[in-house]
This record gives sequence, structure tokens and C-alpha cells, in this order.
Amino acid sequence: MVKTEKNILSIADLSIGYGSKTIAQNINFDLEAGMLCGIVGINGIGKSTLLRTLGGFQAKLSGTILLNDEPLEKYTSTALSKELSVVLTEQPASKNLTVQELIALGRQPYTNWLGTLTQEDKQQIQTSLDSFLLNDLRNNKCHELSDGQLQRVLVARAMAQDTSLILLDEPTTHLDLYHKVQILKMLQALAHDKQKTILFTTHEIELAIQLCDRILILDGKNHPFGDPCQLIEEKHFDKLFPSEMVQFDAKTGSFKVNK
Amino acid sequence: MQGGRTYRFSFLLMVLALLCSWLLNISSGSVTIPFADMLSTLFGESPEIASWEYIIWDYRVPKAFTSILVGAGLALSGLLMQTLFRNPLAGPFVLGISSGASLGAALLLMGTSILAGYTSLSFLGDITLSIASSFGSFLVLLIVMIVAQRVKDTMALLIIGLMFGSITSAIVSVLAYFSSAEDLQRFNFWSFGSVGNLSINQLFLLGSIVAVGVLLSIVSIKSLNAFLLGENYARSLGVSLKKSRMTIIIATGLLAGGITAFAGPIAFVGLAVPHLTRQIFDTMEHKVLIPAVMLCGAILMLLCDTLAQLPNSASVLPINAITSLVGAPVVIWLLVRKRKMMF
Repeated sequence: MVKTEKNILSIADLSIGYGSKTIAQNINFDLEAGMLCGIVGINGIGKSTLLRTLGGFQAKLSGTILLNDEPLEKYTSTALSKELSVVLTEQPASKNLTVQELIALGRQPYTNWLGTLTQEDKQQIQTSLDSFLLNDLRNNKCHELSDGQLQRVLVARAMAQDTSLILLDEPTTHLDLYHKVQILKMLQALAHDKQKTILFTTHEIELAIQLCDRILILDGKNHPFGDPCQLIEEKHFDKLFPSEMVQFDAKTGSFKVNK
Repeated sequence: MQGGRTYRFSFLLMVLALLCSWLLNISSGSVTIPFADMLSTLFGESPEIASWEYIIWDYRVPKAFTSILVGAGLALSGLLMQTLFRNPLAGPFVLGISSGASLGAALLLMGTSILAGYTSLSFLGDITLSIASSFGSFLVLLIVMIVAQRVKDTMALLIIGLMFGSITSAIVSVLAYFSSAEDLQRFNFWSFGSVGNLSINQLFLLGSIVAVGVLLSIVSIKSLNAFLLGENYARSLGVSLKKSRMTIIIATGLLAGGITAFAGPIAFVGLAVPHLTRQIFDTMEHKVLIPAVMLCGAILMLLCDTLAQLPNSASVLPINAITSLVGAPVVIWLLVRKRKMMF
């Protein structure tokens, strides 16, 4: 494993699972700053488990996770909250929060014991509102928003947390094609413009191929990782699903149903 | 999380309303005292009739302050529970915490004489009573909390809370069956709820308990706000789940348990007041909500106590009945109007 200095996240020989049940093992990849990386794989292969492990929500079984060259488990929860933010599949517990209130919660790691917002915090919140086209919705309650808008709010909150790594669990579920593309494009812009490292799980393989800088394929064996074009050339997507049902077309980068 | 609004005007109105309801509360009672005489007595002058001074200073003023403490504290405990359990229907009553306090009080008032054969409970001071019912509410709160960890479904949690309420009231019934008429009556009077019988010392003790509960809540403001996103998000924001959850539980137990010990089980204030408050203060920021629900709870309790004190009559209705009569329609009204209850 070559470790460059720019690596935000370095995963080596990682095994994930619950207790004695290993869900996936031998996961290796490195992510540099400003990379948008999608994790793909069939249901139950361990995408969410991997994300939960990387987010510190559950313990790894073995291997190493380095975040900014520090082992993940060495971080205190306060320190981690400044380096890693998450967007989960679960809905916010209270939808009575306004858009601005919810995004402002992203600043908690930086505020004092009462959560008072400084000028810098307010600036960050405004930038997040602007980046995700939420300025007009700032005083709306979350229960008034559409799924697509709420997803943008949750990502904007993660952005306001100003961390080097952002993890997202299936940010495109429940969205139509337009809003799927919208949210992924916004993530791409966030990664490239603000040099954030963004890692997300998705079932939108075709969109991920077009928009991601890197893709990690969880296939239960070698977990190939790399540039989407390179993965296509090496025919890694062909083996993603049982081939009697769907087949990958390398020319168009899309899946075809076997009739 | 200010959102540009400070609610200064609303707070000013609330403080004025509190003052008015406090005066209204003091001016009403079985003995009619003219308003002007009452005011002058409050400002330290001696009234025409000497007994008025005694009535106002030794009875009505402590009662009004008890109402304020009880209302503010119960409302705050309701707010804490709604946020902690992520459930708009949470409150000291619904989740069985008040029943836990009843159980503690019942065990002390009736159980000790059955089990140990004591005939007199006079040596068991009020402190023992408040410890017993605080302990009871802590116990139920802890059990509910443990169950809440396993059961993510909030509806299930509420049903479990109700079941705990049934279990505790069943135990209370069994105790009541075996206890002497005297003990039973003592417990019955306690369970009607009352804010009128506290001595200055008891008032001071209750005030200290509520103060500790409020302090713990203020310390928890930041984590309470984070809990609005859910526990996993709170964790990712650097909130230490165990510590802050424990702090909030202790605050709730002290508030609900301590108040129930002194004033009896008082229904609906904890559940209804946070929702009423959100009609006025349209925010989820606990920095605003904590003082707001406390003001609102105090006002509501003062008004309920004024109602309980039938004008020009010596009878006092059980305060517990009044708060239910006022609180339950409020909850129904909110549900019907908004279709969906939110917190």
C-alpha cells in the first residue's frame, strides 16, 4: 500500500461485521482530498455496514482505518466531529426544525457550551445554504420540504460541519432521476471546489460511473477500487450482478436486462 | 440556531402574564380580600383585618410560589422527555414516570406500615417522601429508557409506558387494599394533588430540587438540540450519548419525581405545555424553549390553581382534576387542528 501525504482516508485489510459475523473482509482503498467516491454492490453485501464502520458507529473487526493518518479509533468524539460528518438514511427526529436551524446544528462541534453561533459559524451556514440552493427555503420547516429538498438540507448540514471527510448512506434513494443527478452533481462540486473527500453508498451505478472520481465495488471477494473507466475496462461491473438477469454494457456504461 | 429572531417581545408578554396570573392567584381564595388591600399587604403594609396578612403571607403567597415551581418544573420535564424520546406524546404521565412516583409514595405511605408494622409515620419526614417518589420515578424512567434502547418504535414505547403505569397502579391498589384507612386517606389526599400545603421549609426544598433540575437542563441545551436530529446524528456531532442522556434523565427524574412528591401527581402539564408553548414560540431551539415552557407552565398552573380555588367558597377542587380538564382538551385541540403532532 502506497501512502501519499494527501490521503484523507486509508483503508487497509479491513474486515467489517457484527461480533462473530463477518460481512465483508479484505477491503483496501485510499482516498485523497477532493475525491468523490461511490460504493456500489448488491443488497446485503455490506455497503451500509462499511459506511457505519467508517463513521465510527460500529467497531471494525480487524484491519486499519486511517483518517488524516490517524487511526479512527484514536479520535475522541469531539475531535472526530470536526473531521467526519455523516448523512444517514434515517430522517431527522424532529421535522419541526427550520432549514436554517437544522443546518446550524452542523456547527455544534465548533460552538461553545450553549451553542452560540459566532460570525464565522453564520458565514459557514450561509455558504452551505447558498451551495445547495436553499436560501429561499431557509425559514421553511423540514416537514414542508419535498424529499429532494430535505436531502439537500441534510447534505448542507454535513457541509456546514466543515469536515475533511463526508460519508453519505444512499443519498439518492427516494429521489427521481432529476434530483438524483442534482444531488450527485452538488456532491461533485462540493468535493472538487472545497476539496472535501466524499464517500457515499448508492445503487445508481450508471450515475456513479459518470460522476465519481473513484468507485469501490463490494463484490464479496476482492472489492475492486479505482477510476470508473479503469474498472469498466477491467470488466469489474460485469460480475456485479448474476449475469442471467442483467448484463453490463461497457460501451454505454449501463446495465441491460436480459430478455 | 437563532434564525434571526429573539422572541424578546413574546418573553416580555409572558412575564407580564405570569405577574398577572400570580396576582390573580393570590387575590382569589375562600376569604374575599379586596384587591387594593391585597396589593398593599404585599407591599408590606398592615391590612385592616389582621388575619388577611396571615392569609396572604403564610398561605397564599407560598401556594402561588409552589404553583410556579410545579408548573415550570413539570413543563420542563415534559419538554426534556419529548426531545429525549423523540416523541411528541412523551410526558411524565404518559411514560409512567408519575406512576413511578406514586408507587414510591405509596410504598412509603402505606407499604411501610404494612411491612414493618409501624403505626405512625410521623417520623418519616417530607424529605423521605420526596426521596421515595423521586426514586420511584427514576426507577420507571430507567426501565423505560432501557426499553427505549431496544424498541425503536415510538408507538410501542408509549404503550410500554402506559403498561408500566398500569403495573404501578395495580401495585398501589394492592397496597391500598391492605393498608389502614388512615394511611389510605393520606395517600388519597396526596394523589389528588395539591399545591397548598407546603411549609416554607418544604417550599425551599422543592425550590432547590427544581433548581437543580433546571441547571442540569441548561447544561444539556446543546445536546438537546443535537437530539432533535436523532441519536446517530447527535453522536456524529460529538455529543457523548451516554453522558448527556443520563444528565437529561436525572433532570427529568428530579423535576417530575420531586414535584410529584410534594404536590402529588399532577396530570397533563408536562405533556400539554410544551405544545402550547410552541404555538407562541415557533422554534425548536432549547435555549428559547426551556425558559418559554417554564413561564408557560407556571402561568397555566397558577390559572388552574385559581380555578381549583372555587371563588368565595371554602372548598378546593383537586388540582389534578383541573389540570386534566384543561390539559386534555388542549392536546385534543392541537391534534385536530394540526392533524399531526410534532415536536
